[in-house]
Amino acid sequence: MSPIDPESAWTLHPQVSVRPEPFGALLYHFGTRKLSFLKDRTLLAVVEGLSDAATARDACEAAGVADEHLPTYLRALGTLAESRMLMERAA
Amino acid sequence: MTTTAAPPPKAMRLVDHFELGLDAPICLTWELTYACNLSCVHCLSSSGRRDPRELSTEECKAVIDELERMQVFYVNIGGGEPTVRGDFWELLDYATAHHVGVKFSTNGIKITPEVAARLAGNDYVDVQISLDGATAEVNDFVRGPRSYETALRALQNLSDAGMRNFKISVVCTRQNIPQLDDFKEIADRYGAQLRLTRLRPSGRGADVWDELHPTPEQQRELYDWLVAHGEDVLTGDSFFHLSAYGQALPGLNLCGAGRVVCLIDPIGDVYACPFAIHEEFLAGNVRGEGGFRTVWRDSPLFAKLRSPQSGGACSSCQFFDTCKGGCMAAKFFTGLPLDGPDPECVQGYGEQLLAERADTLGLPKHSGDHSHRTSPPRERSGTGPVRLTLSRREDLQAPPVSACAEDPLAGFTADFAEGFATKESGADRRHQGGIRSETA
Repeated sequence: MSPIDPESAWTLHPQVSVRPEPFGALLYHFGTRKLSFLKDRTLLAVVEGLSDAATARDACEAAGVADEHLPTYLRALGTLAESRMLMERAA
Repeated sequence: MTTTAAPPPKAMRLVDHFELGLDAPICLTWELTYACNLSCVHCLSSSGRRDPRELSTEECKAVIDELERMQVFYVNIGGGEPTVRGDFWELLDYATAHHVGVKFSTNGIKITPEVAARLAGNDYVDVQISLDGATAEVNDFVRGPRSYETALRALQNLSDAGMRNFKISVVCTRQNIPQLDDFKEIADRYGAQLRLTRLRPSGRGADVWDELHPTPEQQRELYDWLVAHGEDVLTGDSFFHLSAYGQALPGLNLCGAGRVVCLIDPIGDVYACPFAIHEEFLAGNVRGEGGFRTVWRDSPLFAKLRSPQSGGACSSCQFFDTCKGGCMAAKFFTGLPLDGPDPECVQGYGEQLLAERADTLGLPKHSGDHSHRTSPPRERSGTGPVRLTLSRREDLQAPPVSACAEDPLAGFTADFAEGFATKESGADRRHQGGIRSETA
């Protein structure tokens, strides 16, 4: 589970559907048929903001993530990237 | 840098949230029909004959619309044999066009090369072929003559069409536990993924459970095999009671009934789980006001299942946190208390309770038996006479009144007919098209 580069740009995979839940959100990938969980609403906001943000760092900042917590969120995004829920795009 | 810093993701267990229920199910089983070309001895829905009250095509589409609104990612469609519904492919296309993925279970009867090609071309469809023996002998004993041949032909057709990672679904029994490696080999041969599930004493499964459920030694063998194969082999979370052997198996490891799963049956009844077709677990019907969403969100039964459960006799067991007392349906249909051990508890507490049961005659029975009335099933050659058993529907008290019955009061009860006669004079009635009644 390596963290993603804060200066890289990402977007949700087009085959991924996001369902907000009280605890965060459920993600389902129709291609891999895998289910993932976002364990809090802030991470959900980060994920939803990824495609409009210039970089992953920007998406985290826009969602209100403090600098000291940035590595935690970059690791969580890394996990999602590994399961192909996220795709890297041109920055 | 912002001033209102959000905390880092919390290290909390998702199962704790799931126990409280979700806004919509993660995994919804929808049995489209009770009709089936087979008569498997362990059928959990006692399928065979179509129920005349089955949801119509339009009603099914309305359910799909609702699932789309609720963002249910996919449904597990089963039956019965779902593909024998004339509108099955239409409903499949409708669901996937409305962002509801479909995984359907079939015995393979309709999976021709043409159908296989069509399925391979739809990313939102997954197919699960049922196979309960790695050899014809073991499979056909449970699923009926020639069902092995049918299943293998379907696997070949899917594989030839380029479909990958479709599933081979196996219900684990005393007879096929020694074949686990052979099942894996069959799956590998066709580019399929193996899925193992638990034999439950539900539906007709109750009749054969004593004879077919794995022995304690086989349960250990199964657990070790599952641990060795990890995430390569799917289980639909059905063996979480085995987690009490030690290491937890992949999956949520909790009873999802009414929390993350539920069942919609062919007539629209919503049950807490596919293995609990009994009025005790009936939450409502999709035909009711508010449809499925209201049943899922507001049914008192589901609210109860989502409230904190007592571990009962199990709470003092050191493994309670991993096995959570096992499967509710398995306990219910074997007559064990719901807040006690699973009948297949790996610590042996279930066996002890089973032996202590006063009698097994009063066990709860599956609601609505749709079994074929020709049991045990005979081999079907496709030719020869079709033998039928005629009987009357249990819910009808009298034969139907035909539209051309001469007496207009035919079918009226005596009380009603008399009341009718006293209110109107014979003279008045003569104006009603000359209809006369003997009671005038």
